[in-house]
Amino acid sequence: MPDLSGFRFTATHEWVETVDGGARVGITDFAQAQLGDVIFLEMPEVGTTLKAGDRFGVIESVKAASDLFVPVGGRVAEVNGALADAPERVNTDPYGEGWILRLEDVDEAGASLLDEAAYTRLTT
Amino acid sequence: MARRTPLWDRHVALGARMVEFGGYEMPLQYSGIRDEHLAVRGRAGVFDISHMGEVLLTGAGAEASVQRLVANDVARLTPGSALYGVMCTEAGGIVDDVIVYRRLQGEGGSPPPEDGFLVVVNAATREKDVAWMRAHLLADTELTDISDRIALIAVQGPGAVDIVAPLCEAEVRDLRPFRSTGARVAGIDAYTSVVSRTGYTGEDGVEIYIDADRGGELWDALLDAGRDRGLVPAGLGARDTLRLEAGLRLYGQDMDESVDPYSAGLGWTVKLAKGDFCGSDALRRIAEQGPPRTTVGLSLEGRSIARHGHPVRDGDREAGEVTSGGYSFTLGHGIATALVDPGVAGSDHLDVDIRGTMTAAAVVPLPFYKRPRS
Repeated sequence: MPDLSGFRFTATHEWVETVDGGARVGITDFAQAQLGDVIFLEMPEVGTTLKAGDRFGVIESVKAASDLFVPVGGRVAEVNGALADAPERVNTDPYGEGWILRLEDVDEAGASLLDEAAYTRLTT
Repeated sequence: MARRTPLWDRHVALGARMVEFGGYEMPLQYSGIRDEHLAVRGRAGVFDISHMGEVLLTGAGAEASVQRLVANDVARLTPGSALYGVMCTEAGGIVDDVIVYRRLQGEGGSPPPEDGFLVVVNAATREKDVAWMRAHLLADTELTDISDRIALIAVQGPGAVDIVAPLCEAEVRDLRPFRSTGARVAGIDAYTSVVSRTGYTGEDGVEIYIDADRGGELWDALLDAGRDRGLVPAGLGARDTLRLEAGLRLYGQDMDESVDPYSAGLGWTVKLAKGDFCGSDALRRIAEQGPPRTTVGLSLEGRSIARHGHPVRDGDREAGEVTSGGYSFTLGHGIATALVDPGVAGSDHLDVDIRGTMTAAAVVPLPFYKRPRS
């Protein structure tokens, strides 16, 4: 198991990690396992401003399309371009190479976040 | 409460993710849909398809009854041979798509020279089919639903026959497509043990019908025999992505009672010349006037995925709907089948409305994938 002590989670199975004044966002290991093989991600444009809980994209797996929601608000500073050619990274390394977004000007207003222990209870 | 197949405990022990399908608790995937899909295309996969229904028709009137129920012509079937066909309502809508076998004489206790047929139906439609079949049987025909007595295991892939052949007391390599033979497999004594050169993946392979209580043994023996040849257990997820690439239709998704076989691209299974049968008047009319819709193949650019129910447009016009869609692991892009207005079937391109985004799709012939001939 990777060290997730700096990560916080949502009930909709996204994670957020605060890094260098910004935040990285992805989906959890539980989510990727439920989705199965990830085929495609629909991402927001860089520069888009989102509020906590906003829908920011869609993740397509072999089985279904699912909406993605941002755990915290902020401005989209970067999307993980490597996922366009290698979306399976979301399956193989959901907390590392499978990250989805980087946000700046993070705004936690209205965010509903769980720590690792609370998220683990939710999914077991 | 979903029913379990005789192999349920095997799936759970293998760590399969189980889902409900057609009233049964079935394995969706073991290692992952992509892995299993590629294993079947490159080596071999073994599938539990015991959820499928088996309906036996026996008696002096059996052949006449099957000819009435099924739109294809079973008169030409020799013992052990099978064909694919549809059963249709009086309006020409598809009740179900089926495989019909003329039984091997003496097999399964059928006393020769009595004729008999085995009709393999979809799990979700089994009860409906049996009721509909009973209502349309001719005289001197006995119908028995033997679904619960049969386990059905498919071994599919370019390596499938090499795995199964050494286990069989019959020469499986000589079995032509859509032929079956009674044979003991892996030394298992069973009342029913029939090996059929059929499948639903677009690959070579067999489907083995065996007594339900011997299914587990057969499953174990197949996995053992295939271990060194890259055989993997494969679930319904891979079965669906494989059959879509192979252009094979799925009942309840690509067709139902509102769709006629000509619209579904299954006109080749309708034999109007054989005489009257269920739906023949309507089907004759549809064949003369042209079907209301046409099934087309769509190839999407990149990784966009069209799904069942997504609208298909031709420029500004509504053209139809996606019936099945997914990602083709073999081809590396999205593929879909759609039921469209026949007027647009000749277009080179159509658009699929994927959650509000118009996505260009090339109209391509079916199947998307054809296995290389060895």
